Amino acid sequence: MINAIIDIAPQLARGLSITISVLLASAIFAYLMAFIAGLCRLSQNTIIRKFTGLYVEVFRGTSLIVQLFWLYYAVPMLFGIQLGSNWWIGVIAIGLNYGAYLSEVVRGSILSVAQGQTEAATALNMSSFQRMRLIIFPQAVRMMLPEFGNYTIQILKGTSLVSLIGMTDILYYGDIMRSSNLSQAPLVYLLVLVFYFILALPLIWLTRKGESISRKGVAS
Amino acid sequence: MSEPIVKFQDVHKSFGDINVLKGINLDINPAEKVAVIGPSGSGKTTIIRMLMTLEEPTSGDIIVNGTNLWKMEKKGDMVRANEKHLRQVRGDIGMVFQHFNLFPHMTILENCMTAPIHVKKETKEEVRERSIQMLDRVGLGDKLNNYPSQLSGGQKQRVAMARALVMRPKIMLFDEVTSALDPELVGEVLEVIRDIAKHDDMAMVLVTHEMDFALDIADKVLFLDEGVIAEQGTASQVIEHSTNERLQGFLHRFRK
Repeated sequence: MINAIIDIAPQLARGLSITISVLLASAIFAYLMAFIAGLCRLSQNTIIRKFTGLYVEVFRGTSLIVQLFWLYYAVPMLFGIQLGSNWWIGVIAIGLNYGAYLSEVVRGSILSVAQGQTEAATALNMSSFQRMRLIIFPQAVRMMLPEFGNYTIQILKGTSLVSLIGMTDILYYGDIMRSSNLSQAPLVYLLVLVFYFILALPLIWLTRKGESISRKGVAS
Repeated sequence: MSEPIVKFQDVHKSFGDINVLKGINLDINPAEKVAVIGPSGSGKTTIIRMLMTLEEPTSGDIIVNGTNLWKMEKKGDMVRANEKHLRQVRGDIGMVFQHFNLFPHMTILENCMTAPIHVKKETKEEVRERSIQMLDRVGLGDKLNNYPSQLSGGQKQRVAMARALVMRPKIMLFDEVTSALDPELVGEVLEVIRDIAKHDDMAMVLVTHEMDFALDIADKVLFLDEGVIAEQGTASQVIEHSTNERLQGFLHRFRK
């Protein structure tokens, strides 16, 4: 048993760099999309609002794995566009998907800052941009923190899908180990779970931290 | 007598089908202290919210310092004011709210400093000094680095007044500023208002249920009833000599 673990763990560890790099890049991309789309959905401009709404609903309403296959197989064939290496395709698909979910968090948080805050800022003669930048946004961000933490943990788990487009992440090496020695399958996948859980621990801790920050410093 | 600093000319306001204000005509002179009294739902708060640009009048004109607040000239026509115009005209107006509306993510000193720095582009040092002076004046000089959540309601409202005063308004609006306070905290807030009324030469409009206090400091009292100014004059004119039955009834309920 111990020997088997010593055999398997280093193999799985070879996938760490891909899992972690896809996690970091797609999380950053998702946050970026979340703020852009979240703010666009609050725009005065109907076209911007509708267009962003379409993006959000399409990416929330369809499965991540199908989106991944679309970007990997279908888009290059249909439009002749190469989106880059499969690392980039994984990052783009995961980022767009979770960006759509997170944009709703951004939008909801901004809307839930009390109306009185906008009024007080208006009474101090702030412009609408200053109201957003100095008063509304800083409070909204505090409220977003716990949900951003939760979704980042989801993104970590979502990265395992890139093994399906040939990326050599933790799950990919797990599959290799299992196919070379079927009897080890339970142990292999147990260790895969342990790897993901250890990676999730700092994210779980950050989410807790975010929750305690968001509890103070917000007007209700 | 100098020109009024604020003029309401036949101002109407409806929310949906409900006509809250049905033709308000009103002059406020520089440094004048005006108390607005009347039953709830009579539109008292709406009057000052329109002046602060938080509500747009349905019709009529509000003139501030000789400039139309909600309308601006464009190619010879008067059109609806844009944000730039509103910001130019409302710069002399400050407001204190029933629910304080302090910025919870800032210390009380930052609450006071943000607007002068970002809106009036004053230097940080100057604003800081003035903010500390003002917080001292409202008795909170020892709480500069506290957050609003650490203060009592009365203290929050005093910070809100300091925050408005640091902007050096020529007109201060008070929207039922003691209504959300526990009874024992009302006094400290009224004391600050009394101090401002005595020492500062800005115009003040108080929407209030603190009848005796309002009558005490006001140069002019307006009794608002069913969307119109039913009675106006000095405190003694309105209170002692009015023959308006609804006003007498209203005052009677308060004096019980």
